[in-house]
Amino acid sequence: MLTETSDVPKVGFSFDLCSRNNMLTKKGLKPPGYLKTGTTIVGVVCKNCVVLGADTRATAGSIVADKNCEKIHNMAPNILCCGAGTAADTEAVTDNISSQLKLHRYHTGRESRVVTALTLLKSHLFRYQGHVSAALVLGGVDVTGPHLHTIYPHGSTDTLPFATMGSGSLAAMAIFESEYREGLTRDEGVNLVTKAICSGIFNDLGSGSNVDICVIEKGKTEYLRNHLTPNPRTYISSKGYTFSKKTEVLHTKITPLKELVDVVQVGGDAMEE
Amino acid sequence: MNTFLAEELNLQISSTKQLRSTIVNLSHSHRVLSFAEMVSSQNENSLLSSEGDSQRTQYPYVTGTSVIGIKYKDGILMAADMGGSYGSTIRYKSVERLKQVGKHSLIGASGEISDFQEILKYLDELILHDNMWDDGNSLGPKEVHNYLTRVMYNRRNKFDPLWNSLILGGVKNGKKYLGSVSMIGVHFEDDHVATGFGNHLARPILREEWREDLTFEEGVKLLEKCMRNLLYRDRSAVNKLQIAKITEEGLTISQPYSLKTFWNFAAFQNPTVGAEGSW
Repeated sequence: MLTETSDVPKVGFSFDLCSRNNMLTKKGLKPPGYLKTGTTIVGVVCKNCVVLGADTRATAGSIVADKNCEKIHNMAPNILCCGAGTAADTEAVTDNISSQLKLHRYHTGRESRVVTALTLLKSHLFRYQGHVSAALVLGGVDVTGPHLHTIYPHGSTDTLPFATMGSGSLAAMAIFESEYREGLTRDEGVNLVTKAICSGIFNDLGSGSNVDICVIEKGKTEYLRNHLTPNPRTYISSKGYTFSKKTEVLHTKITPLKELVDVVQVGGDAMEE
Repeated sequence: MNTFLAEELNLQISSTKQLRSTIVNLSHSHRVLSFAEMVSSQNENSLLSSEGDSQRTQYPYVTGTSVIGIKYKDGILMAADMGGSYGSTIRYKSVERLKQVGKHSLIGASGEISDFQEILKYLDELILHDNMWDDGNSLGPKEVHNYLTRVMYNRRNKFDPLWNSLILGGVKNGKKYLGSVSMIGVHFEDDHVATGFGNHLARPILREEWREDLTFEEGVKLLEKCMRNLLYRDRSAVNKLQIAKITEEGLTISQPYSLKTFWNFAAFQNPTVGAEGSW
């Protein structure tokens, strides 16, 4: 085994345990499950803005772990990223690149560009050869205009006018392919994105609950959390809980607490070590 | 773990080997296997004898892609393209996947073409025997659907499935009927059905836009919208399709034609503007 020298920086994913894990899986050990977002995320480029949308269901296997999670992450004031795949991976990778972008902004004194975020994300994901299971829809408006990209877990990217990712991507893409036109206005874009996410919510089991929308324009970003809630919880009693009869008191006995030990402060702080 | 068994039997199972090892080995973990893994796991896990020289259907060879069917005001409309793929090549471009069955029904099939031809032979015999009674009655779409369900389910029980997903539609005595049968015998009746990729790409659109009182023109437009979607996003689709209409009066299957597609989005012309070096 290699001895670890103190000046070799321990950075990045360690693949040391992979062969051991493979051996254990072959022997029949089931690896622990992870929280997947089983998602519908979409993005659309409108006339001079980008509209991103996401559902809000996070699943762990067949159980809904979070009914109202946030899948649209902040990368920069003018760039946002929707994430599908393993929730921890999407959170970690977007937070990491968001910090890198902020440092870059301080260094250059300029607004971040979408291609910068794109390149940072794709290099990171490629380095981990697909083990970081994050499929992202990255959108933003910078000095060069509105941009929309998709990033796959292995590090490949696409630049598209409309994009969908996640388990509900086919349902959402069906809506986009039949209704997308060029030069959509902001409101038309929001309606189209809402329709596509609803298609994912109602036709895909891995997506559900509410619709989150984010509209990014030059100089302004609007985050419409729970823009649409098409799955409200119905059948709640308006009266609340009432108990039919009061609890009967049969007998009352009061025992005052007795002091068994006298606590004496012997100078100095009580917590002094 | 036992609840997974019921779920797994309802899944679109992509190979008989996976089906076999699923049923036989109850501790089979719930994940999709690659073909190589399936072959090797079958040898390790299965209690059955080696299948190397078996005559049973293991995997499909020449396949048709999705079929879509909808009910409309006067009857049933069905659409299917005319492609027969041999793995990843589109080998045949004039395969008729919509056929008439008796007086009242229309069948559309996706999956293995040779098994579809076998099913047509069975249906031919069924209709012939029905006609020979010469009693003025004829088998309607509901009856044919039930027959097909029994055939598919019994074959699956013998681990030798007919590798098809069928759509059966028809009108008898004014009542419209549209049903679907899968390779493992899952059958149901609905106002709009699709097979294969059509389930993912066409059904969401149909759920939004289908209405009880669609006219013929509206129905065709809706089907064409779905078929265009499939043409864009299904790799085994070909741009040559037929639409079939069945009403109380009778059946017509259209001549093959192709759909107009649009590829001229400005963003497609120059995708990396503003992002030099990316793709």
